Amino acid sequence: MKIQHALTAAALLALSGLAQAQVDPLHVRSWAASCAACHGTDGRAQPGMESLAGANKDDMVKKMLDFKAGRKPATIMHQLSKGYSDEQIVAIASYFAAQKK
Amino acid sequence: MQRRHFLQTGSALGAMGLVSGCATVGGGSGPKVVVIGGGYSGATAAKYLRLWSEHKIQVTLVEPNDSFISCPMSNLVIGGSKTIAEITTPYDNLTKRHGVTIVKDRVNSIDADKRIVKLAGGTELTYDRLIVSPGVDFMWETLPGMNKAGAKDKVMHAWKAGAQTVTLRKQLEAMPDGGVFAMSIPLAPYRCPPGPYERACQVAEYFTKAKPKSKVLILDANDDVTSKGPLFKKAWAERYKGIVEYRGKHNVTDVDAATNTLKFEFNDDIKANVLNVIPSMRAGDIAVNAGLATANKRWCEVDFLTFESKAAKNVHVLGDSIQIAPGMPKSGHMANQHGKTCAAAVIALLMGKEVNPMPIYNNTCYSFVSSEDVVHVASVHKYDADKKTMLAVPGSGGVSSAANELEGRYALAWARNIWADTLA
Repeated sequence: MKIQHALTAAALLALSGLAQAQVDPLHVRSWAASCAACHGTDGRAQPGMESLAGANKDDMVKKMLDFKAGRKPATIMHQLSKGYSDEQIVAIASYFAAQKK
Repeated sequence: MQRRHFLQTGSALGAMGLVSGCATVGGGSGPKVVVIGGGYSGATAAKYLRLWSEHKIQVTLVEPNDSFISCPMSNLVIGGSKTIAEITTPYDNLTKRHGVTIVKDRVNSIDADKRIVKLAGGTELTYDRLIVSPGVDFMWETLPGMNKAGAKDKVMHAWKAGAQTVTLRKQLEAMPDGGVFAMSIPLAPYRCPPGPYERACQVAEYFTKAKPKSKVLILDANDDVTSKGPLFKKAWAERYKGIVEYRGKHNVTDVDAATNTLKFEFNDDIKANVLNVIPSMRAGDIAVNAGLATANKRWCEVDFLTFESKAAKNVHVLGDSIQIAPGMPKSGHMANQHGKTCAAAVIALLMGKEVNPMPIYNNTCYSFVSSEDVVHVASVHKYDADKKTMLAVPGSGGVSSAANELEGRYALAWARNIWADTLA
């Protein structure tokens, strides 16, 4: 169990290095802006929706990967998360983590 | 030398080069973008052009209406659980917070060669890049009777939220119990695929509460329900049993407004107490008149990396006016996504940077099957470099398993968020 957790963390770390090395930050900003329709401009949400601005990056990545794998129930995010690669999820989470709350 | 060259050509790139690196805000020195139409795509593009260019691009939004009235949620006004004021947002934050210049006027014509927009009030606006986002207009020529005097005042489409929405609600309130409300749906593509079916649910819920002997008759030109079919049919069969009747393959070819009668291609005439005719649609008049509607003279073809028109250079078309990519709905949420994708591309083009080669964005659409319970359809769309279009990502997206109240709350939160993302 612990080993598995450690592996997941290592995999995330590797992914995050990959994403940051390859993708133009302005393009990541555009990807993240897609989420803003529900989660607010730069992830600062209006009442009733989860804010993403300034949230912990690893938490966001884990949540999205759990949605994607069907480990975490959702109304809609299990369907939307499947549209993004793991690398894109890491890049987008990094963008929101860096925004002011 | 370089500087002089830029000044002489007066190019957008040159102007950008001169101001980049300095903190000047506004001041009239940056490249100019004019946006025609402040709906979900145009207002979003205007805001994000300012935000992402750090106020270096001058943005003028031409919009004839005083405020933004949302089409999404407008069926709740028809159902009676929301007021028109609750779905209305002023435009002033675009100016106050983002420095967008708003001109309250209509566009008469576009001169794409000279890069000038001529307004009804006589003003001429020059631009480096133009964004055309007029939404849809109706193909009234397909319904001759609707062009008779008074017909459009009596038979509502209510497919552009505003006065028509309020009038349709009043007509339903005035209708006697035991009456028939008949709505016609055009062949796809049209704005908001699930919208008519949501409206049928909203009217049916009002009838169950206030006029239980009344009927909702849906006359759909399409073979079958075009969006969320099983979910809507379940609502009609269970929640609104005996009230809603759905008939596919009913293509309205004319309307007699004087007698409230619908005429069809193949079926018998239908008379109702209240008619709601949703006509066939095409790109907004401004786009059609400017020669941008290259697909069947109806929709505007664009490059999906930039939303630049395939018919005119430096002119971008967004929202419901475009020839959609496969599986891409004409929705407010999608229009908001167009606005941001285009804003980023226009900034990149004006600054001589690389346009994002792989746009990816989503659509989320909630429909109220009652005043509280909601169903959604969602999808993710990604650029396909070989096919040069946006395609739904295989395995992504889907619909609700059943109507539920939790998504009712999310739908209201969605509205608050997208209105703020678009306008605040």
